[in-house]
Amino acid sequence: MSSVSNDYPEATKPSKAQIRKEWPLWEVFIRGQHGLAHRHVGSLHAPDEEMAIKNARDVYTRRNEGVSIWVVQARHIAASSPSEKGPLYEPSESKVYRHPTFFDIPDDVGAM
Amino acid sequence: MADAARFEFLCRMGDNTLVLGHRISEWCGHAPMLEEDIALANTALDLIGQTQMWLGYAGEVEGAGRSADDLAMLRDAWDFRNLLLVERPNDDFGHTILRQFLFDHFHLIQLRHLTESSDARVAEIAAKAVKEVAYHADRSSDTVIALGDGSAESHRRMQAALVALWPYVGELFTADHVDAAMVEAGVAPNPASLRDAYDAAVLPALAQATLKLPEDTFAHTGGKTGFRHSEHLGHMLTQMQWLQRAYPGGTW
Repeated sequence: MSSVSNDYPEATKPSKAQIRKEWPLWEVFIRGQHGLAHRHVGSLHAPDEEMAIKNARDVYTRRNEGVSIWVVQARHIAASSPSEKGPLYEPSESKVYRHPTFFDIPDDVGAM
Repeated sequence: MADAARFEFLCRMGDNTLVLGHRISEWCGHAPMLEEDIALANTALDLIGQTQMWLGYAGEVEGAGRSADDLAMLRDAWDFRNLLLVERPNDDFGHTILRQFLFDHFHLIQLRHLTESSDARVAEIAAKAVKEVAYHADRSSDTVIALGDGSAESHRRMQAALVALWPYVGELFTADHVDAAMVEAGVAPNPASLRDAYDAAVLPALAQATLKLPEDTFAHTGGKTGFRHSEHLGHMLTQMQWLQRAYPGGTW
């Protein structure tokens, strides 16, 4: 019987309304005990920003990792495109003079 | 005699956290969302940690050589002193989180008083536990409000949970000779005196959650005195204590 094919009943596919009811995705940034900056640690789902922070506390700080949590909805993050790797990053490969390694540092400066 | 009442009081503290901790650990791997699953497991672990402190101290006060593990795993249902509320079955997630909410606020108010206990050990345990429980109460309140004032389906489930669980709230504020002895010794507050603070914390949140309190004020009792637990506790204990019963003295 060829009627089996790809004729799945509509009910098994999530409708647009169902997809929209899913909690949004949040990216989580945590500043550790001795860290100076918040670091991206992962992502999670939550209905709003308060619950996102609570969930982040429960998911990502269970082992005393953090002293501060930032969350941001993943859709608010603008990201560079991997396909533009060439134009974005290759030009800097050939510019060694941008690394400050060609200066003689006077002894008086001490440790730098 | 004073030690007998103190032992009884400490068992009540430890049995509440043990039974509720075990109840919510039953959700582990089954919660509706991964994040909730982890949050509930964290709460369960907090409560089991508190149990170790309460029952550990209870064993010392009793002076019969029983450890926290002995008290948790080798007593039968009639020796448990937990409130009936915490032994209620998980049912759906709405029941679970409402039960949590109703207990958390009582627990928080009680622990705040206990941080000033005349018994230094009780005050120390309470000081550690109160921070954990402040978070539990914060989290369960937010979730109750979100689900009560959420979709028609979530509201219906939360209202059903409130109707089912409210009759178990009255027992939180009952007091007997054990409580009287603890008040006398400055160890613990009279539970009956905590009702106003409880209502002030719980009722506005329930109103915000658009949930209606049942009009019937009937209250089931018999858990904290051990007079009459529900059948649910026995079923829970068969699971919780199975390993120690089948392999006595087994360790990791």
